Amino acid sequence: MKIRAQIGMVLNLDKCIGCHTCSVTCKNVWTSRDGIEYAWFNNVETKPGIGYPKEWENQDKWQGGWVRRSDGKLEPRQGGRLKILANIFANPNLPSIDEYYEPFTYDYEHLQNAPEMITPPTARPVSVLTGKKMDKIEWGPNWEDDLGGEFSKRAKDALFDGIQKEMYSAFENTFMMYLPRLCEHCLNPACVASCPSGSIYKREDDGIVLIDQDKCRGWRMCVSGCPYKKIYYNWTTGKAEKCIFCYPRIEAGQPTVCSETCVGRIRYLGVLLYDADKIEAAASVEDPKSLYEAQLGVFLDPNAPDIIAEAKKQGIPEAWITAAQKSPVYKMAMEWKVAFPLHPEYRTLPMVWYIPPLSPIQSALENGLIGENGIIPDVKDLRIPIKYLANLLTAGKEEPVVHALETMVAMRRYMRSKSVDKVVNPATLKGTHLSGAQVEEMYQVMAIANYEDRFVIPSSHKEMVENTFDDKASCGFSFGNGCSGGTSDSSLFGKKKASPIVFHDMRRDRKANAGG
Amino acid sequence: MDYLHQFVFGIYPYIALAIFILGSLVRFEREQYSWKSESSQLLHRGSLRVGNILFHLGIIGLFFGHAVGLLTPVAVWDALGVAHSFKQVFAMTAGGIMGGLCLIGVLMLLHRRFSSDRLAANTTWRDKLVLLWILATLLLGLSTIVVSSQHLDGHEMVLLMTWAQHVITFRGDADQFIVAASPIFKLHLFMGMSLFLIFPFTRLVHVWSGFGAVTYLGRAWQLVRPRG
Repeated sequence: MKIRAQIGMVLNLDKCIGCHTCSVTCKNVWTSRDGIEYAWFNNVETKPGIGYPKEWENQDKWQGGWVRRSDGKLEPRQGGRLKILANIFANPNLPSIDEYYEPFTYDYEHLQNAPEMITPPTARPVSVLTGKKMDKIEWGPNWEDDLGGEFSKRAKDALFDGIQKEMYSAFENTFMMYLPRLCEHCLNPACVASCPSGSIYKREDDGIVLIDQDKCRGWRMCVSGCPYKKIYYNWTTGKAEKCIFCYPRIEAGQPTVCSETCVGRIRYLGVLLYDADKIEAAASVEDPKSLYEAQLGVFLDPNAPDIIAEAKKQGIPEAWITAAQKSPVYKMAMEWKVAFPLHPEYRTLPMVWYIPPLSPIQSALENGLIGENGIIPDVKDLRIPIKYLANLLTAGKEEPVVHALETMVAMRRYMRSKSVDKVVNPATLKGTHLSGAQVEEMYQVMAIANYEDRFVIPSSHKEMVENTFDDKASCGFSFGNGCSGGTSDSSLFGKKKASPIVFHDMRRDRKANAGG
Repeated sequence: MDYLHQFVFGIYPYIALAIFILGSLVRFEREQYSWKSESSQLLHRGSLRVGNILFHLGIIGLFFGHAVGLLTPVAVWDALGVAHSFKQVFAMTAGGIMGGLCLIGVLMLLHRRFSSDRLAANTTWRDKLVLLWILATLLLGLSTIVVSSQHLDGHEMVLLMTWAQHVITFRGDADQFIVAASPIFKLHLFMGMSLFLIFPFTRLVHVWSGFGAVTYLGRAWQLVRPRG
């Protein structure tokens, strides 16, 4: 048994209001730079929809994730090592930037400098790629927000697989939900496996998957290897970039920016202990519908005395074991069974999990469509088809999703009985596997969602591996080349490329600012 | 003229090789963030797939063809019983095929690079220099086939081989072997050596990594880095 710890995330889709605060704060912190302005380490999609980049869930088209070969071994869907190397000159599965969107700004200056005219001046869009005016903006990172566009286009959504989708085109049958997405920091990452230069790696101590910017050579195989399309090619630096799980914050025991700023308080961060020796077997089980359970089998019970003893022996810090015992992520995924991995059928064993949205079912319940005994009578009465959620979270297996939704309904029934009728009624828990005490804890964590219940993050133990005296007066975080990244315009080996247009005179002023 | 000849074919090879090796080392050590393939596939695909595969297939073939053909000692070929005339015709044919593939590829890449607004806005002068330099070297190299075809006895080829072998074995007399070589050959040699000279300062450094990427074939799928 090889015990490792990872900070996992759970997003409670039941509470997501699609406000994009996570995306915007993330962008402001991490991707407001040249060449990566089109990339959103965190984005929020409205489902049903084809998403960002277009049709990212369609792996027949993009060839992301893993496939299980007939001999039971896994290999990236885009090919084995030899095929990946052979495609190094031109990656046939790489989405072009138009699949994301052509990044643009507006000619704001014209509003101030335009001569007197009969019609008011307009700020026309300007392409960041060419610096030229664009006739029309054709697509954006959030083009389908709140079901924008036509059903026929949105209906290419891969989650409609196995669903008679035509009836959902009718206004009265329509449904929607929000899906915030970021890097899954997988246990079995396909990006790591796809990288010919070995620049992508998983951190042993907290499971964060990072790209070594110095070692990346821009072969672009990770972009196509990742089934979530959460690795982005920076077209000015020629390096791949991805969500870094705000590791400088995590190391200090703070939540990620997206979690910290979530106004709906839907995000949870906590430690999961897992057995690294079980990863390969769990990812290679034959039936995709068993992958969710197989992944649960990789996690270890942080309250079991033998696990605690073994974890200590293998050098997991005491604070991390304590955090694992209090982890909201462990409780939601393992104890309450309300959180699920995103697309387990990709065989990546993702570590950002989702609680399926309940609200549409509850409104059906209020309309008398669902029996008060807690058993959901007929799946077709639900606003969001169970099959649709199962295609997203359990490779199409409906039972776990139904059970999770029933548990969430039971929690409401139990707490309603307790707070309105002042009666603790065990009958309200029928249909769940939970006790009254567990449901009350679940209410505390999921409904009240206090800061300290949502984020249980042990700070990393730098003192075990670093001598802080050596870090004194060092440069901190920079882009390559030690401390020299940033202000110098060029070196013998070329200039840092910039995008063709200047944002609000930022670059022009960079030197002045640096000299500041 | 004698002095110029001696400089270009006796001394310049060492300048080019020294800058090639030291420049690569310094860039790898000091500026590794700038070490990359500089792919432009994301911005515009165009004819990249066909063009780039043809180009790379051709140029890798040419690289190994030149390396084996020029640097294998004449004695080895004699021992193997390969006649000089046969080797010359073989080199002309193989070089012609690889050079042809490479030429088609480089022309497609040049067309792609200069016909797209996006690429035009994001191409540096170093990118243009590399493509055009390779094109010129390649055209000169293909022209040598015409020159060669006028004397198929393999004599000039052996002289060129001797030059290359004397250069890399640090014997000071290398330039004397090719005094009488055709100017086309001489220009091709100069352009080829200069390619090594500009190598560390351009995207060409990704060639090192391309060969290095072969180690991927034997690597474990997953990489986990411990702290520290």
